[in-house]
Amino acid sequence: MAVLILASEPSDNIGMIGSMPGTSRTFREPTALLSLGFVLVVCASALLVPWLSPYMAGGLEEKRILEAPSWLHWMGTDGLGRDLLTRVCYGARVSMTVGLGTAIIALIIGTTYGLISGFKGGNLDNLMMRIVDIFYGLPDMLIFILLSLLLGRNIFGLLLALGLVSWVRFARIARGQVLQAKEFLFVEGARAMGASRRRIIWRHILPNILGPILVTLTFSIPSAILAESTLSFIGLGINDPYSTWGTSWGTLAQDGWRAMRTYPHVIFFPAGAIFLTILSFNTLGNALRDLLDVKGR
Amino acid sequence: MAAFLLKRFLHGIIVLWVVATLTFILLRLAPGGPFDRERRLPPEVMANIEAKFHLDESFFQQYLRYVAGMLRGDFGPSYKYLDRGVKEIIADSLPTSAILGGLAMAFALAISLPAGIIAAYYRDTVIDRFCMFFATLGISVPHFIIGALLIWVVALQFGWLQAGRWDQWSSAVLPTITLGAAPAAYLAALLRSTLIETLGEDFIRTARAKGVAERAVLLKHALRHSLIPLLTVIGPLTAALLTGSFVVEYVFAIPGMGRFFITAVTDRDYPLIMGVTLVYTVILVCANLLVDLLYGCVDPRIRTE
Repeated sequence: MAVLILASEPSDNIGMIGSMPGTSRTFREPTALLSLGFVLVVCASALLVPWLSPYMAGGLEEKRILEAPSWLHWMGTDGLGRDLLTRVCYGARVSMTVGLGTAIIALIIGTTYGLISGFKGGNLDNLMMRIVDIFYGLPDMLIFILLSLLLGRNIFGLLLALGLVSWVRFARIARGQVLQAKEFLFVEGARAMGASRRRIIWRHILPNILGPILVTLTFSIPSAILAESTLSFIGLGINDPYSTWGTSWGTLAQDGWRAMRTYPHVIFFPAGAIFLTILSFNTLGNALRDLLDVKGR
Repeated sequence: MAAFLLKRFLHGIIVLWVVATLTFILLRLAPGGPFDRERRLPPEVMANIEAKFHLDESFFQQYLRYVAGMLRGDFGPSYKYLDRGVKEIIADSLPTSAILGGLAMAFALAISLPAGIIAAYYRDTVIDRFCMFFATLGISVPHFIIGALLIWVVALQFGWLQAGRWDQWSSAVLPTITLGAAPAAYLAALLRSTLIETLGEDFIRTARAKGVAERAVLLKHALRHSLIPLLTVIGPLTAALLTGSFVVEYVFAIPGMGRFFITAVTDRDYPLIMGVTLVYTVILVCANLLVDLLYGCVDPRIRTE
């Protein structure tokens, strides 16, 4: 049953993305390696694009508007004659920052919450889990949109909003793991030897619950990327024309969406980037879950 | 059981209250107002508008007025559509969204049940891999990409269906597939893994030992047992359909609630945003209650707890 609880852990309300039960066996090392490679390529191109690309992020070429892919412009050009490959690479900065940043914020909030709740137990645990239950019942995409209105439609506002919405998953998993880890003999031993609470948590419990948390982390990256690109696509995402971060993949896809009938390449490449990145992280998550044997067996 | 359901019901009420309050606070704190224009309105006009919509009252008074309205089922006036109240807008658009959601759910079940069973029956073969490959794809593709792809291929390249209309049954085909793809993939993968796990149980071995055909073991003994975990995902599944419907309604220009929500957010149409958010929450809470109820029906052990 433990397997089920983890596998069917309602991944996230933002899409159904996340830990998918049972696909792991079908995707063994080659796909995981391929995914890791793709993620690394995306990260590298996001970091290195100013040096790799001969084009500027906003470099307009009036005579080369909406050109199909060619040797000069591998992904073609957009409606203002900007090199699409360069824009997609800059867009990777937004997506990766949002994905990793959100996951880390959610990790810190959620794990701390879950640790406290699980370690203290009793009435405090009850109360804290009630709160988590309530958060779980919220339509989080809506709350996320409203939060991002408040925090500002820039990358950091979005990061914070997404993090605040998705910490609950970590809290549940961390608490469950702590409850298990608390019962281990060596924890009892440490307590008997007079180890401080802080030492028990940091040295004995935390290292033992890292696996499931790491897996959750891997799965929350793609769901954050998905949420951000979706929001940008429907026009409620990052709206920061002066940003040096580049334009979100979702916004690029939205640009292409308007010209899809005649210039399908403008939506094809950003959409492909979003899809492949999410797919890679999901595959990596599955592989990691296998590797760390997070089955609660 | 009754006590348990009552507890869950109260929990649902609390969730609703939290959402209502949170939405209210978030909207009032967010910078920018519904009547901000490029050109400033004369202060007298502004004062009149604010008085009409009670925006001149204190924060707390507005909150009380809003909660009292909700309890009466009155969602207030829309700031944007001056001839229609929020209630009417929701009454008009909710059925559209509900039809879309229902169709997508049906589609997801129709695809995932056979796919999950077939994959489990032929586990670790090419057929299984094929099914699970599609499941992984289905989970990783965002709605707007599936939607755009379907429109491009089916509507633009082949001209089989028209996109961007909502006046006949055929216009629901593409949106339904778009919305239902991810849940279908998720359910198929879940059913497969549950079935495979169930096949390792003792009662399956007993059935096999009695000489029951493998097909019957799978379809009669294992499937019934595996349907219980599927119930748990009704809640998150409903949530996924709800949030997905925004994007799908946007992409296919369907006049549903999600589309109104998106324009309401851009317009800062507070009552409409709050109304739609609450309706979504009610649906979600009901779905979760339904799960609790079904659980009690299916698994007698839970009833006694």
